[in-house]
Amino acid sequence: MGEPGPSSGQQLGLYVHIPFCARRCDYCAFATWVGLHHLAGDYTDACLAQLSRAYDSGLGPAATVFFGGGTPSQLPGDELVRLLDAVRREEAAEVTVECNPEDVTVELLSTYASAGVTRISLGVQSLAPQVLTSLGRRHRPETVPRAVGAIGEVGFSSFSVDLIYGARGETDEDWVDTLEGVLSLDPPPPHVSAYALQAEPGTALWRDPERHPDDDVQARRYEIADEVLEAAGLPWYEISNWSRPGHECRHNQNYWRQGEYLGVGCAAHSHLGGRRFWNVRAPERYIAAVAADQSPVAGEERLDFDHRLLESLELAVRTREGVDSSALPDDEMLTGLVARDDDRVVLTLRGRLLANEVACRLRAPARVGFGGAGAIAPDLARATVSRN
Amino acid sequence: MEGVVAPEVIRNFSIISHVDHGKSTLSDRILELTYAVDPREMRAQYLDSMDIERERGITIKAQNVRVHWRDYVLQLIDTPGHVDFGYEVSRSLAACEGVVLLVDASQGIEAQTLANCYLALEHDLEIVAALNKIDLPAADPDRYADEIERVLGLPRDQILRISAKTGAGVVELLDEVVRRIPPPKGDPQDPLRALLFDSYYDQYRGVVSAVRVVDGTMRSGARLRFLQTGATHDVEEVGIRTPAMVEVDELGPGEVGYLIAGIKDVGEARVGETVTEVAHPATKPLEGYQNPKPMVFCGIYPIDGDEFPDLRDALEKLKLNDSSVTYEPETSAALGFGFRCGFLGLLHMEIVRERLEREFGLSLIATAPSVEYIAHLTNGGILQVDNPSAMPEPQFIDHIEEPLLKLTILGPAEYTGTIMDLCQTRRGRMQKMEYLSSDRVELIYELPLAEVVLDFFDVLKSRTKGYASLDYEPAGTQTDNLVKVDVLLAGQPVDAFSTIVHRSKADDYGRKMTAKLRELIPRQLFDVPIQAAIGGRIVARETVKAKRKDVLAKCYGGDITRKRKLLEKQKEGKKRMKSIGRVEIPQEAFISALTLEE
Ligand SMILES: Nc1nc2c(ncn2[C@@H]2O[C@H](COP(=O)(O)OP(=O)(O)O)[C@@H](O)[C@H]2O)c(=O)[nH]1
Ligand code: SF4
Repeated sequence: MGEPGPSSGQQLGLYVHIPFCARRCDYCAFATWVGLHHLAGDYTDACLAQLSRAYDSGLGPAATVFFGGGTPSQLPGDELVRLLDAVRREEAAEVTVECNPEDVTVELLSTYASAGVTRISLGVQSLAPQVLTSLGRRHRPETVPRAVGAIGEVGFSSFSVDLIYGARGETDEDWVDTLEGVLSLDPPPPHVSAYALQAEPGTALWRDPERHPDDDVQARRYEIADEVLEAAGLPWYEISNWSRPGHECRHNQNYWRQGEYLGVGCAAHSHLGGRRFWNVRAPERYIAAVAADQSPVAGEERLDFDHRLLESLELAVRTREGVDSSALPDDEMLTGLVARDDDRVVLTLRGRLLANEVACRLRAPARVGFGGAGAIAPDLARATVSRN
Repeated sequence: MEGVVAPEVIRNFSIISHVDHGKSTLSDRILELTYAVDPREMRAQYLDSMDIERERGITIKAQNVRVHWRDYVLQLIDTPGHVDFGYEVSRSLAACEGVVLLVDASQGIEAQTLANCYLALEHDLEIVAALNKIDLPAADPDRYADEIERVLGLPRDQILRISAKTGAGVVELLDEVVRRIPPPKGDPQDPLRALLFDSYYDQYRGVVSAVRVVDGTMRSGARLRFLQTGATHDVEEVGIRTPAMVEVDELGPGEVGYLIAGIKDVGEARVGETVTEVAHPATKPLEGYQNPKPMVFCGIYPIDGDEFPDLRDALEKLKLNDSSVTYEPETSAALGFGFRCGFLGLLHMEIVRERLEREFGLSLIATAPSVEYIAHLTNGGILQVDNPSAMPEPQFIDHIEEPLLKLTILGPAEYTGTIMDLCQTRRGRMQKMEYLSSDRVELIYELPLAEVVLDFFDVLKSRTKGYASLDYEPAGTQTDNLVKVDVLLAGQPVDAFSTIVHRSKADDYGRKMTAKLRELIPRQLFDVPIQAAIGGRIVARETVKAKRKDVLAKCYGGDITRKRKLLEKQKEGKKRMKSIGRVEIPQEAFISALTLEE
């Protein structure tokens, strides 16, 4: 298969996709399945096989590991541990597992912790019961304090709460209550991700236009979130992410810095050696491919230098690090959307809500001093947008 | 080859009838009965040749055919079947000594048919009336014979009853044509005068014209002079249609045939032209020549700006075949480069546009149709304006003249009120109202052309459930309280949406247009006021509020590719936008705004 080349000496991320859920939420377009739990053993085996082939071809140790889904907490704890044990990690590796509140027990979390998990990402979404119903989520708000309590009891170096705003039936008050409720949990989360609900084609929500979210309402909710979270000592560091300093999700930051990562499991995306590729979507096909010693890769793309550069800017502009001034020519349309500071440009609050408009105006700086086309290593591209 | 036919045995006639009353079917029967066409080769409706005509069931380009019936030569002259081509009808009738009036015995006479009959009477033509489709259970020939007697003064016992479909009565009809329609007169030795009553462009032969010799003889090889254009042309070929083209040596008085004379452009062989011989010339042209003037105008633009040269070539080629279309380049801030085109009427406009798209593979966008206004300026100047956005600001205008139509509407009496309401709201003035029978009424109105141009036909049709028919002719101009309404986006006028309307309708137009645009214009980074204005005065206003959110706020994990592609799509979309000042508008929004029904 030969996906990963020898480690290039950069930070490496490792993503493991767990495609199982107890039921499908109305808005969900992720690669996940209900009723395939019986595949858990085979699926874990397949992931292990993909991983071991990657090591055979020289993959280095991971600085961050992320179990996402789907619902990783739906995978039996010992299977997850079996997987994590096989993952080569750097000393202070960040290891995150996404959990749904109703799955969380002290016992499960202790299993995770002793295997090396350092961070829990809890899918809370909302604390308003009618919002949870309208999202098609199965948990009740009461499960949240219990789950957070368990996280505190077992002790992780960090944890995060995922929220979704803008569902029909949610009021501004519900949203404020959710944010404040989350911040007053014991222990309070040092990291919050808040996503605007989106009607994705193929979902139950999509088929029900009555329930489609309203842009203006969502914009207002975003502003509320930013205000409440910032006031609680969690400033934004990416459009949808807020954290206490030092609690940023390093795994995600690696994505946004155009870093390298291997995706293990079905539908998982990888970025190695300047090549982006992704695995087949269905777990059965993934298991079958790996079992037959075939590549599970379904597609790939390799960008030329200019496109890589532009991509790195498009990712960086969404973060608090911003981009180099030269990447965003002066344009009266951008007034109020960006703040220029020294030679960096960073999105303002209004700019974050209109980030696509800003991203559309990004220009890769002229290639002066960069020698022959295409000969430039990817890390050079990164260098041009390096953080200050 | 045949020689000259003695005028005494010739009968020249047209069939006047409304769409669907059976003209094509009757023509087919005549061709069969006279063995002009082998029944096995009989293509239904032989005489309609162009695709679009066939689809729409109307005849645009007249064709004519010669057949033998007993000891006589019948020359059937086809007339265009739509009011837009009224002038061509009148020239075709000028080539006849009589007409067959064909009326559907289940429908009765329609407005255009009536108008054409009046035209025939003005030309002193003999009218042989026939009620068709008597085989239909719904046929009511007695009733409609009464009606024809009443409105045209034709004795009801002379009105034939036929079925073009079964052939019943068609033999009698042909005999009646021979008996009643007079033969042409004319001396073969006189100087040549021939009426050119149709021309079309053939890609191999150049222009082929239909001619009717009035005096003298048209000989193969002769040098001809066209009296109106003054040009000379050598006859390459003369002939007759049977309906196949058959070359002959000469055409004598009263004969109808075709002429090919090395002409490249139908504009040089205009309908109504008088043709004489250089060697032995007549000096006096035949009467009734007019240069048909376009009445309806619109801007035509390629949807893809790169197709502008293709559109220009297409219009050039089309013009070879249809000299009545006019076009001049124009530019629009909203639509790019295109042409302001002039047409004889609405149907003509639609046909031309359809031909451009179909025959030349173009995708086009057309602005709302307009008429030609005459602006009298305060400084005494006079300006002809066929594009509303070119109308000067109100402070420079003394008054505006607009073209008028005389409209004849025939319909069931129960719709009289409906029709009157419609005409009234369109600024019509009633000239005459007459009951043709207890349940059919004729209404004559004078009405501004601009009020007819937009959707009058459609509205009339739908409000009368298709039972009303309509004819019109130009009726001079009038001065009225007309104003230009501009539509402004963020303060910038959008030329494609400017219009000229009566003051009393300006606010309404403004409200409708601004409301429509508010739905169609995507939200921008800033508030976009949409205003309708007369001069500096705002008459309607809407706002597209600034968008507040445009961000991929969802987590796609490591799937950066998808994020990038979504952005690329958005950037692509931006490139295809047209800019009006700072406002970016997708072309589709313009198209929808221009094509949306009121
Ligand atoms: N029943 C019946 N139908 C007829 C008769 N003549 C024509 N039609 C039908 O009426 C329709 C219109 O006829 P067509 O000749 O195309 O009308 P045009 O538009 O005047 O040329 C066609 O469907 C014909 O078949 C007739 O005498 N009897
Ligand atoms: S829990 Fe998450 S992955 Fe599973 S169905 Fe709901 S939204 Fe989708």
